[in-house]
Amino acid sequence: MLNNHSIPARTRGADHSPESPLSIHDLTVAYDRKPVLWDVDLEVSAGKLIGIVGPNGAGKSTLIKAVLDLLPRASGHVNIFGKSYKESRARVGYVPQRESVDWDFPVSALDVVAMGRYRKIGWCRPVTRSHKNAAMEALDRVGIANLAHRQISQLSGGQQQRAFLARALVQDADLYLMDEPFAAVDAATETAIVGLLQNLRERGKTCLIVHHDLQTVREYFDEVILMNMRVVAHGPTETTFTEENLRKTYGGKLTLLGEAAEANARQSAGKH
Amino acid sequence: MPDNPRENTDRIYLFVCFDPMPLLRKIILSLMLWLLAVSGSPLSAALGHDHPTATRYESITDRSFAWPTVDEWVRVLTLRDYNTRVVLVGTTLLGIAAGILGCFTLLRKRALMGDALSHATLPGIGIAFMLAVMTGGTGKSLPILLLGAAVSGVLGLAMILLIRNLTRLKEDTALGIILSVFFGAGVAVLGVVQSMGKGHAAGLESFINGKTASMVASDAQLIACVAALVVFFCVALFKEFRLICFDAEYAKSQGWPTILLDVVMMSLVIVVTVIGLQAVGLILIIALLIVPAAAARFWTERLVVMLMIAGLLGAASSLIGASLSALLPNFPSGAMIVLTATVFFLISMFLGAERGVFIRWANRWKFEQKVRRQHLLRAVFELVEGDEIGAGTPAYPISFQDLLAMRSWSARRLSREVGRAVRDGLIIETYAADRKINFTQQGFREAALVVRQHRLWELYLITHADIAPSHVDRDADTIEHVLGPDMMAELEALLFTTGVPASPHKVETQALPGH
Repeated sequence: MLNNHSIPARTRGADHSPESPLSIHDLTVAYDRKPVLWDVDLEVSAGKLIGIVGPNGAGKSTLIKAVLDLLPRASGHVNIFGKSYKESRARVGYVPQRESVDWDFPVSALDVVAMGRYRKIGWCRPVTRSHKNAAMEALDRVGIANLAHRQISQLSGGQQQRAFLARALVQDADLYLMDEPFAAVDAATETAIVGLLQNLRERGKTCLIVHHDLQTVREYFDEVILMNMRVVAHGPTETTFTEENLRKTYGGKLTLLGEAAEANARQSAGKH
Repeated sequence: MPDNPRENTDRIYLFVCFDPMPLLRKIILSLMLWLLAVSGSPLSAALGHDHPTATRYESITDRSFAWPTVDEWVRVLTLRDYNTRVVLVGTTLLGIAAGILGCFTLLRKRALMGDALSHATLPGIGIAFMLAVMTGGTGKSLPILLLGAAVSGVLGLAMILLIRNLTRLKEDTALGIILSVFFGAGVAVLGVVQSMGKGHAAGLESFINGKTASMVASDAQLIACVAALVVFFCVALFKEFRLICFDAEYAKSQGWPTILLDVVMMSLVIVVTVIGLQAVGLILIIALLIVPAAAARFWTERLVVMLMIAGLLGAASSLIGASLSALLPNFPSGAMIVLTATVFFLISMFLGAERGVFIRWANRWKFEQKVRRQHLLRAVFELVEGDEIGAGTPAYPISFQDLLAMRSWSARRLSREVGRAVRDGLIIETYAADRKINFTQQGFREAALVVRQHRLWELYLITHADIAPSHVDRDADTIEHVLGPDMMAELEALLFTTGVPASPHKVETQALPGH
C-alpha cells in the first residue's frame, strides 16, 4: 500500500517530509467567521498512537474534520502522506463520534461495517460476499462478530463504538483519525479498543485519537497533542504531558486570544 | 423499570423469527405476473400500436352515476376495459416507486422537503399550459404540462438549497417559504389561465387533488415507464442512498458526492410528484411518499425488506384507491389513495412485527411477568434457604402466610402467581392443615439462579460502588431481571464467586408492621 513517490506534492514548507502521515501547516478554521482553530502547525510521526487532548470547544473534532475536508478551511493546508486528502483518501480511516448518527436505523452491524468498503466497491455495485467477509473479519477483530446481524439500535453503546471502529478497520488504512472512541464505553470495550490500537501500532499504522480522559493519557499514547484553539504543546507523552502544559491548555489565559480573534472576524465581516 | 428492548433479551421469538422474505418474494412475483397479465402488452402500446379492442378515450371515468351498479363493480374489478387496466397499472407502479423512494427520504429526514417540492410544481403547470395555448396548442398535452411541473419543481429545489447555503436560515424555514410562495404563485397563475377563457383549463384543477378520471391510456403508459425508471434508480443507488441516509458526513469523508446524491434523491421526488399529479395530485402526493414508508418501518429492521414492504403498500394503496375512485367518481382518487394508505399505516402501527404497538405491549407484558415470577422464586428461596435436601427440594414446605409476608404483594396476586408457577412445574402446592408451598427440582434450580443474580449485584454494589449493605436490596431488586449472561460472567470474574453467595444483609420481610 505504501506510496513511494519522490516528488513532494507542494513546494511550500519544505520542513514537512512528504512521507509524514499527516502534516498541517497554518491551519485556521472558522464557524460562521468565529475561529475555532487558529494557526495550527503539526507534523505527525508515523507508527505512533497520538492523543489529542484539550478542554471542550478546543477544536479537537474540528481539527479532524478539517483534515478530512469536511469543513472549509479559512487558511492553511493539510498533507497526508505528502499529498492532499483527496488523493490519499483511501489511506485514511475515519471514526466519527458515536453520537453523530441516528442508531435507530434499519441496518445491521455488518451493514455498517461494510460501508467502509463502499468506496472500494464503487458506484452502483452491490456488496459482494468477499466484502461481507472482510467486514465480518473486522467485526471479529473488535470482538463482536457474534453480533454481526443484530440491528444497530440493539447494540450497547460500547458495541456501537466497536462497530464504528470496525468500519474504519475494514478500509485497511494507514492513518486513522478517531473522534472520542473512548467516550461513554464500558470497561470491556475500552480494553478491546486499547488492544486494537496497540495492534495497529505494531503494524506501523498511525492513529490520532481525540481523548477526554486525562487519567489514561500516559498509559495509552506515545505522543500527545495538547490543544486549545491552537496547539499548546505537541511531543512525546512523557515530556509533553506535564502539569505546566496542562495548565496552559486548560487555564483561562486563552480567552484573550479568543476575544481578539472574534473581534478580528467581526471587523473583516464588515460588522462592528 | 427498564423497558428498553435492547435489555429485554426475552423477546417473543415466534414473531421475531418470522422471516418475511420468502412470503414477500411470492407476493411480489404474483403481483408482477398479475400486472403483466392485465396490462396487455404495455410495450407495444407505448410504441404506438393501440390495443385493438380499446376505445382510446372511453375511460373508466365517463360515468356520472352516484353509486356504481353491480355491472360496473364487475367491470372495474375484472379490469375489462383496456383503459382501466392501463390506468391501474400506471398508478400501481407509481405507488411502488413512491413507496421505495419514500423510505430513503424518510430515513434521510427529508420527508417534508418532498411536500415543498410537490407544491412547487404548480406554477410550472400553469405556465406550461399558458405557453402551450399561446403557441396554438390546446394546452392539454400531458408531457408539456409535466415538463412544466418538473422545471418548476427543480427551481423550487434550487431555491431551497440557495436559501439554506447562502443565509443562516434553517432548512425548515426555507421549506416553508418555498412551499407557500410557489403554491401561491401557482394559484395565481391558474387564475390567469381561467381568465384566458379558453375553456380547456378546467382539467388543471385535477392536478391539485388528483383525478384518475382525466387519465387516458397514453398518460398511464408514460407514468408507468417513468415510475419504473425511478424504481430502477433507487435499486441502482441503493448502497449510496443507504450510506448518506445513515451517515452523510462519513460518506463525504469517503469522497462520495453527498450533495449530488441528495440532489438526485430530491430530483426523483420531483419526478414521482410529477407523474403522480394526475392520480394523486400535488397536495396529497407527499402522503404516498411518507405513509407507506413509515408503515413499513413497523415490520422490519432491515432496509431491503423495508423497501419491499413500502413498495408493496404503496402499490396496494394506489391500486385500491384508484379502483375506488373509478367506481365512485365523486371521490378524488388522491384522497382515496391516501385514505387506503392510512388504513395500511394504522394496521402496521398496531400489528407491525418488529416495532408495532402490540408487539411492544406483548414484550413489556412478558417482561413484567418474568419479573413477577422471579420475585416469587426468590421469596420462596429465601424462606427455605439452608433447608434443602439432596434433590434440591427443601425438607419442609413453607406456608403461604410466610410467603405473603416476604414482599408487599396482595394475597390475590400472590395466589395467582403461585398458580402460574405450579402450572409451569416450578412449585408444588399442598393443602393439608393449611396451604403449603414447596419447590420442584426445576423450580429450585431456577430460583437459585435468580437469587444468585440478585446477590452478585448486591455484592458488586457493596464492594465496587461503596453502597451500604442495608441499601442494596432495593436496587438489586430491579437489576436482577435484566442481567444478561455477559454481565453475569463479568460479575463472577469480578467477585470471584461461584454458586449462590450468602445474602450480604439480613433477609427481611418487606411487609409493614401493620400488615
